[in-house]
Amino acid sequence: MDAINQTTAAPQAAWGRVRRSRYVADMALKVICILFTALGAFVLGWILLMLIYEGVSALRPEVFTGTTPGPMTKGGGIANALVGSLILTFLGIVVATPIGVLAGTYLAEYGKGSKLAELIRFVNDILLAAPSILIGLFVYTLMVQPMGGYSGWAGGVALAIIAVPVIVRTTEDMLRIVPGSLREAGAALGAPLSKVITMITWRAARAGMVTGILLATARIAGETAPLLFTALNNNFWFRADLMGGVANLPVMIYQFALSPYQNWRELAWAGALVITLSILALSIVARLIFKKDTSR
Amino acid sequence: MVALSQKLLVTSMEKPSRRSPQLSFDQVFRLASLSSALIVLIVLAGIIGSMIYGGLPAFREFGFGFITSSVWDVQRDQYGAWVAIVGTLTSALIALVIGVPISLGIAIFLTQLCPPWLKRPVSTTIELLAAVPSIIYGMWGLFVFAPLFAQFVQIPVSSIVEGLPVFGTILYARTPSGVGVLTAGIILAIMIIPFIASISRDILDQIPPVLRESAYGIGCTTWEVVRHVLLPQVGVSVIGAIMLGLGRALGETMAVTFVIGNANRLSPSLFDPGSTIASRIANEFNEAIGLQLNALMALGCILFLVTFTVLVIARVLVARVKMR
Repeated sequence: MDAINQTTAAPQAAWGRVRRSRYVADMALKVICILFTALGAFVLGWILLMLIYEGVSALRPEVFTGTTPGPMTKGGGIANALVGSLILTFLGIVVATPIGVLAGTYLAEYGKGSKLAELIRFVNDILLAAPSILIGLFVYTLMVQPMGGYSGWAGGVALAIIAVPVIVRTTEDMLRIVPGSLREAGAALGAPLSKVITMITWRAARAGMVTGILLATARIAGETAPLLFTALNNNFWFRADLMGGVANLPVMIYQFALSPYQNWRELAWAGALVITLSILALSIVARLIFKKDTSR
Repeated sequence: MVALSQKLLVTSMEKPSRRSPQLSFDQVFRLASLSSALIVLIVLAGIIGSMIYGGLPAFREFGFGFITSSVWDVQRDQYGAWVAIVGTLTSALIALVIGVPISLGIAIFLTQLCPPWLKRPVSTTIELLAAVPSIIYGMWGLFVFAPLFAQFVQIPVSSIVEGLPVFGTILYARTPSGVGVLTAGIILAIMIIPFIASISRDILDQIPPVLRESAYGIGCTTWEVVRHVLLPQVGVSVIGAIMLGLGRALGETMAVTFVIGNANRLSPSLFDPGSTIASRIANEFNEAIGLQLNALMALGCILFLVTFTVLVIARVLVARVKMR
């Protein structure tokens, strides 16, 4: 940057003679770019302020301990939705992590240059951006219809399908930046490829892989559309076998925010504040882990 | 490491042949990673299969007319996708028209204008916008943005364009409530900005700095560097980034369901409520039975085809820059 500034400093003096339109175009670009960036930051700030303004006034201790109240009644909380969301997210990430990590490992370590790996990478990139509501429809056909009803298991599987492509992508990217010499050193000791991968490559890429799993968690924690047709929602505690509707924050927020009842709307704001702050905190922690590891 | 090599030494002394127990773990591990990778393919095949399986009865019942018919009548069991298709395409197009210039501006700011100390905080802020759940955008859109939009845009604009030939139709709000196709497009624009901006930033970062510096060296302004050096370099890959944003906008569900108004009829005005494929599925699926369920699945099938095509093009265009 310094080098550029110095080179542009000299012609600056002669700019008086330069055609004015060049200067105007340049200033216009700079001003517009700065304005647009400020707009992006402004929108994030606005959304956060809205959540804090509406959410904090709705936050009472009882929100975290009570279950869903009836419409227009006093008291009650979102404890069932909070715990349900935690369980569904946990279920999703527990299913997705081994599949995602192993698939990413296959792409980075075994499938170099193979046609199959190229195809899987392609499909994975498409799944990464595929509409999540379609995944809800898929799991509905796959699990809800045959099992005869909504269930927490279906919700967990739907979330896992969303998390897998994220983990596959980050795992592959992280394994690829591990230097080949490390693998060669392991192989030279006579270690088979599986040992080289699990004991050397995975360890070297650990921070990046953990970051990927955390980002996947943050992604699925706020997903609503795939849960609409799988876990649905429930105004009571879920059953121990997770069959039937399982209360969860995103769908609860969706239903309560659009409801005509004041107390439900307040709970929706409280839930929205809780879920957004958790997700943003998770994303920031994931970035910090990665930054700390790469700066060493 | 010491333990590992000792263990290896022992096994290789016991069994000098290559068929040691180590190898079998090796094979199991390889098989496990291969089958995990294949799950990715199976999931995509499953999505396609379930959409076709679920949507087939509706396609069979209505034939090609399912796409072109704008009737969606649950009472008479008549279904057509046209209103939802138009709503999906219009809102996504509005999102691109608003979102793309802003995203590219942010990408240019981050790569060309931003002082180094500011780069990381700004990048993180933009990326955090992508992490905010879509229901939160929906709530913001419905409770904060829509009232302001109705008061400061819909009402004044409607009173100006009233009676004008073309604008009097497409920009006239019969009931200025703030929700509608244009509002959905604006919310979608905000939601796709982080994706397009961060990919464009990565693409711009990949251009060798020497090209940029030599252009500055002969006295080019930032605008000229962007226009004549960076733009020809990035070429089609930025279109790939935009297509990726388009894919997101087409399939976004929750935020749109909040702000589009969920109307079943086709309206010529952008200020009027409409519906998208995703919002209609989200709204009706849980109460749907029989043919309505199949019709919604068929809608999902159309949505899948459209987004799949867009995403494939996006992927091919973005991948081209990485090859170089």
